[in-house]
Amino acid sequence: MVEAILMMLGLGAVCGTILGIASKVFYVYEDPRIAEVEGCLAGANCGACGYAGCSAAAVAVVGGQAQANVCIIGGPESAQKVAAVMGLDPGTAEPLRSLNTCQGGKRAEDRFYYTGVKSCRALAAFYGGKRVCHIGCLGYGDCIKACKFDAIHMDPKGYPVVDEVKCVGCMACEKACPKEIINVKSMSQRLLELNCEEDALAPCRQTCPAEINIPQYIAQVREGDYEGSVRTIRERNPLLLACGRVCPHPCESYCRRGLEDEPVSINQLKRFVADLEMNSGKRYPITCAPETGKRVAIIGGGPAGLSCAYFLRRVGHHATIYEAMPKLGGMLRYGIPEYRLPKKVLDWEIDGILNLGVDYHTNVKLGVDFDVGSLVSAGYDAIFLSVGAWNDYNLNIDGEDLEGCFTGIDFLSRIGLGEKITIGRRAAVIGGGNTAIDCVRTLIRLGAREVYIVYRRTRREMPANAVEIDAAEHEGVKFHFLAAPVRVIGDERGHVKQLEYLKMELGEPDASGRRRPVPIEGSETRLDVDMLITAIGQAPDVSFKSDVTRLKDLEITRRRAIAHDPITMQSAIPYIFTGGDAATGASLVIEAIGAGRRAARSINQYVTGQKVEAPPGVLYGRHIRETLFEHVEGVRRKPRAKMPELPVDERIHSFAEADLVLSEESAVAESQRCLSCCRLCYDPDVSKVA
Amino acid sequence: MGDYIVLAISCILVNNILLAQYLGNCPFLGTSKKMETAVGMAMAVVFVLVMAGVITWIVNTYILQKYDLVFLQTIAFILVIAALVQFVEMFLKKSIPALYSGLGIFLPLITTNCAVMGVCLINMKEEYNFLQALVASFSYAVGYGLALVLFAGIRERILLARVPTPLQDTSIALVTAGILSLTFFAFKGMV
Repeated sequence: MVEAILMMLGLGAVCGTILGIASKVFYVYEDPRIAEVEGCLAGANCGACGYAGCSAAAVAVVGGQAQANVCIIGGPESAQKVAAVMGLDPGTAEPLRSLNTCQGGKRAEDRFYYTGVKSCRALAAFYGGKRVCHIGCLGYGDCIKACKFDAIHMDPKGYPVVDEVKCVGCMACEKACPKEIINVKSMSQRLLELNCEEDALAPCRQTCPAEINIPQYIAQVREGDYEGSVRTIRERNPLLLACGRVCPHPCESYCRRGLEDEPVSINQLKRFVADLEMNSGKRYPITCAPETGKRVAIIGGGPAGLSCAYFLRRVGHHATIYEAMPKLGGMLRYGIPEYRLPKKVLDWEIDGILNLGVDYHTNVKLGVDFDVGSLVSAGYDAIFLSVGAWNDYNLNIDGEDLEGCFTGIDFLSRIGLGEKITIGRRAAVIGGGNTAIDCVRTLIRLGAREVYIVYRRTRREMPANAVEIDAAEHEGVKFHFLAAPVRVIGDERGHVKQLEYLKMELGEPDASGRRRPVPIEGSETRLDVDMLITAIGQAPDVSFKSDVTRLKDLEITRRRAIAHDPITMQSAIPYIFTGGDAATGASLVIEAIGAGRRAARSINQYVTGQKVEAPPGVLYGRHIRETLFEHVEGVRRKPRAKMPELPVDERIHSFAEADLVLSEESAVAESQRCLSCCRLCYDPDVSKVA
Repeated sequence: MGDYIVLAISCILVNNILLAQYLGNCPFLGTSKKMETAVGMAMAVVFVLVMAGVITWIVNTYILQKYDLVFLQTIAFILVIAALVQFVEMFLKKSIPALYSGLGIFLPLITTNCAVMGVCLINMKEEYNFLQALVASFSYAVGYGLALVLFAGIRERILLARVPTPLQDTSIALVTAGILSLTFFAFKGMV
């Protein structure tokens, strides 16, 4: 017994002594900071940082291979502590969050009939894992199994949902997903994403020039989450009050319900949630990424400039707007009349953007009060040129410059500025676009007795929104179609008296697909008018180019717009980006907003030292072929929500807003008409089985 | 010489420590999901087993048997193996950092693995001489690595197979291990 005890003690002593000596002999110097840094990390050994455990991460930090923000669970707190130990800059990394972009779930027909394999990875290996479309969720929850933080759960609808509060952005789910539909990105990355061919996109979402996630915001209206709906829209469009009122909603023409029924009234739902926020008296908070210290000058405070400033600000850059007019808003303020977009609404919306910390200077004009050289010397890292298209085209006919003759944008902006213009009794507006309609409806409100639209094609070819044309007709506008003005006749005082036009007939279709009007010989007709407005389109005013030596290399297109790459919005001068009407010629507000965001994406690439380039497979303006259907099964016809309007008698005597907002009840009913489409699948009204 | 080859074959195939003796099952199931980890584990086992086989033989022969204390075998071996692994870890970290980082986390993990302990005890039971103990330890370790790598390959394939719901994951792994073990029984008559 004694022997045994002695023996074990002896053995223990020998082992202990040998280890003790060994620890001295084989001592490896270890930077004491490694232990200190390790103390600042979360200690979960989760491996999310890409190193084998926290001690390996600490070694990497001390060795300089990893940044202070290496610990994903620890977040900014840990980054600051590590930075304090190492004497580093904690960096400005934003938190990463996971998101599942496919919401097809159980509505996707299950193609895997056998029991057994319950793993997305295996399914993908077998069949390419195609349930309905080739990119969609397989619904076996590999991401849920991969998540170490219990942040993903299976929604009853059959697709995984990420709990943003629990998610630490460790990327485990993204690595586990064989379909690349669950991905981990920062808010900035999501804000600047462009639609690509391999994304889960409904046709409406592909059509929207601003790429708003339409099915999601409609679903949020349906669920009563109005704040969430506003947030979804704001991820792509900061001017939702304005767009909810004036957007010609190209998305609705690609609505799948529209193939069998009237399309969903997408834009009225946008207006509904946007108005709800404004009328609630408080603004929903908007988060911005940490400051990057980069400064961008934005020339022109119209929709493109505001959109670009908004997105730049949200991803952490500093934006300063230079505006030539007395107030911000561009065409939204000076081109769109009060009855369509009240100034008070616009002010509220622009204030929301400025509140994020966007600086602005008004009444300063490029080429007069400042030039590109002065901006560069003021230390701006990039410039966004969005000066709009403010030069009206002329008819180039005799008598155009007589007293009583105006041009469209000039007229509207002078009214917008509050100038008093003598209005005639009988006024004619030449043109068929939205500007022409805005002019006639403004003239009626200003007291003109007889107002005519003179347009050289027919009503079918008018580029103005159908709703607007109808509203103008209800307000008493008379239309002269197939009429091409040839000259303006004045009286002895040099004042406009008559408009002479030729009658036309429609001939062969031209390049735009519209039938070309051909004049009828000897059909001259005279129309008695005492006021004439020409609203046949606008071009950008690029006169600033001649004054500025720094803009020598800026290329201007034949149509007097700024030449640019349509995706990156970069001009011929690398640090100058452009967007809006200045880049495209007169176009839609929503197009300008989309361009502002695309430019913000490229400016972000430029100022952070990345290569300015479009993502591979970018969709811009195109549709994914497989998503466009001929017929849609399972649709039960339901009439579209009717837009409430002010009665005609009331509205023609004032500039009070003519179009009204949907009630909550009809908005929710309208949201239920949405089929919640994605690439191929959708929720039919009538299930196939029934 | 021939005897040693027979001993090696018997230890690798016929008396495979995993599939014939069923020792060291927990790392066998735990680290066989990926080929990469299986190879790391196999290397670490070879390293530790050879070291442990040698040192325990010395302890047993020159201390325990000499003083008639063989009943202390188990506890003495645990102490010696643990101290040995710690020592080796320190030595490697200083002298061969490449091997140290290659073996990584597996080295301390298998300090008191039952396969390691089992091999040492078998060596004593069979009353091998020093050289035999060395060959046996190395061969058992190779056998362990072989079984582990084979099994990892099979499990990677199983992930793609139609496995009935109640048999998924560990249960199918155990069934497969059983079948794999049966195939190793075919070597039974060889030696």
